[in-house]
Parts: sequence; C-alpha cells; structure tokens
Amino acid sequence: MPQERESKSMKMELIQPFINAADAVLSQGLSGKTKVEGLTMEVHAYRRKGVAGMIALTGDIEGRIVLDMEPQTAVKVASHYAGAELPESDSLIKETIFELANQVVGNAISALNDQGFHFRVHPPLLLTAQEGDKTSEDTEALEICFETAMGNVYMNVALRYNKRRMADHAAMGA
Amino acid sequence: MEQFAAVKRSKDGQAVRYLIVDDSVFARKNLARMIETFGGQVAAEAGDGLTAISEFDRTHPDIVLMDITMPQMEGIEAAERIVQAHPEARIVMVSSVGYQENIVAALQRGARHFVQKPVKPEVLYEVIKYVLGEDGAVANAAGAGV
Repeated sequence: MPQERESKSMKMELIQPFINAADAVLSQGLSGKTKVEGLTMEVHAYRRKGVAGMIALTGDIEGRIVLDMEPQTAVKVASHYAGAELPESDSLIKETIFELANQVVGNAISALNDQGFHFRVHPPLLLTAQEGDKTSEDTEALEICFETAMGNVYMNVALRYNKRRMADHAAMGA
Repeated sequence: MEQFAAVKRSKDGQAVRYLIVDDSVFARKNLARMIETFGGQVAAEAGDGLTAISEFDRTHPDIVLMDITMPQMEGIEAAERIVQAHPEARIVMVSSVGYQENIVAALQRGARHFVQKPVKPEVLYEVIKYVLGEDGAVANAAGAGV
C-alpha cells in the first residue's frame, strides 16, 4: 500500500505541469479565469466529448494527452481566437484544438525537461472514434475538467515512466 | 485585440515585413493578427522549414517568426540555414517548447530571440522593437496604426 501511494504521488508530479500549463494557456487565450471543475481518475476506456486532439509523448516519460471540447464549446473557442464567428464545419476548429494542445504540452514538457526528463512530442491527431483505448494497468489516466467562460474544456492525461530509459539513465549516472 | 504604436522601418518609414513560419494555420493567423496591430505587414507564410528558406530568399523580410517543431525541417535548422546565407536575417523563434536546451540551441544557431507560446502581444511587440534596434522606429501616437 505505501508503495502504491508513492507511485501515485510520483505520477502526480508528472501530471501537475500539464494542469498548470492548461490553466495558463486557457486563461490567457480565452481572456478570462479558468477553474478546475473536476478531477477524476479514468478507469474505463476514454470516451470523446466532441472535438478531441491527442498528442503522444515518447522518451523518459511516455503516454498521451487529449484535449477535448463539446462541439459548441469548440466553435466558441475557435471563433474567439479567429476573431470571427466560425461555422461548426470549419477546419480552423480542429486547428485551434491542435494548437491549444500543442501549447499545453509544450509548456508542460518545458518544465519537465528543465527537471531532466527528455521527450519526443508527436504531431497532434484528431480523435474520431467515440471510445479510445482502455487505460493500461501501469498508466494512470487523469481527467481534468476546466470551466471557462466558453464552456468546459477536458484534458485527459495518461503518462508513465519509461522504465527502460530511466534504468539506462541510472546506469549511465552510476 | 489591443492596438500598439506602429513600428516602422527607420530607413524608409515603411511597414516592417514579416515571414511567419508555423505548421499550424491557427498559429499563423494568430501571429498575423498581432503583426497587424503592430502596424506590420505579412510578406509571406510557410508551414515548414524548407519552405521558410525559399520564402526568405523570395521575399527578404525584415523579421522571421519561426516555430520550432515542424514537419520536413524543424525551425532551428531552418534558422541556421537562413542565417548562414543571410547573416543579417533577424529570426525570432516562437514555440511552446521553451526549455533551456532548445532556447540555447536556437540562439547558438543564429536566432536573435525566443518567445514562448501562448504569445502575449505585448511581449512580442517588445521583442520586435528590441530585435529591430535602430532599424525600427516607433511611430508617434497620432501616427499609430496608419
């Protein structure tokens, strides 16, 4: 049990920079305060809310981050950034979600990189399936709901240490 | 979006010309809107490093705003190649990945400055004035945005 607590606490250290980054990116971009409305552990397969962009990470820490918004929220957010009302079908909506996801991941990994973790960030992908992969046993998936003036923005973070890479680093340091 | 006192080229009083390089259309549009509020003009856009090099050769912009993570050729390599061919090029890296290694690599390979995304207009404005130095002039309030 203590070992389990230690493992979860270590993973929160990985996830916290993503929460901080999302909070900063959303509050700045949407010109208003954001509030963490909910934080839940994901035990089932990921279910998409609307327009969802996923970014995979590989390296010392691996996993994926999903940024997801209900369709009407996505339209409002993209229109805000575009400075004009966009139709629901506009490709800029997808681009907006991708760029926001990129900014969140970029800011978070900058903080983690300065702590000595190294990553490769993969290009964003649009999630089209209603349901994603089930969270694996050793990958903690946390869903955070950010309440914004334009609606809720969901971030799903599933990350784990790459044990082989970490062991290699430890061996090199020994 | 906030309006800033226009930054012009001091040699001829014309608008500062920018090359915007980013694989995200969203990011390019966002930067283009900011540049307009600075009184600047978009000379060209590119979605990858290779296109950035050819667009620089074609348009000779006053400032390049360059993303780092892009397909085909990343921004740091593109910046290095542009500066090798045009040592006078002023390149500002604009990226969400702002860790020290990246910033140092970009500056060592010829970039003049680094701005982290999400870009704050007031930060970019100050960086542009700094990078232009004596080659840029801020119009007085009456002339701003003209």
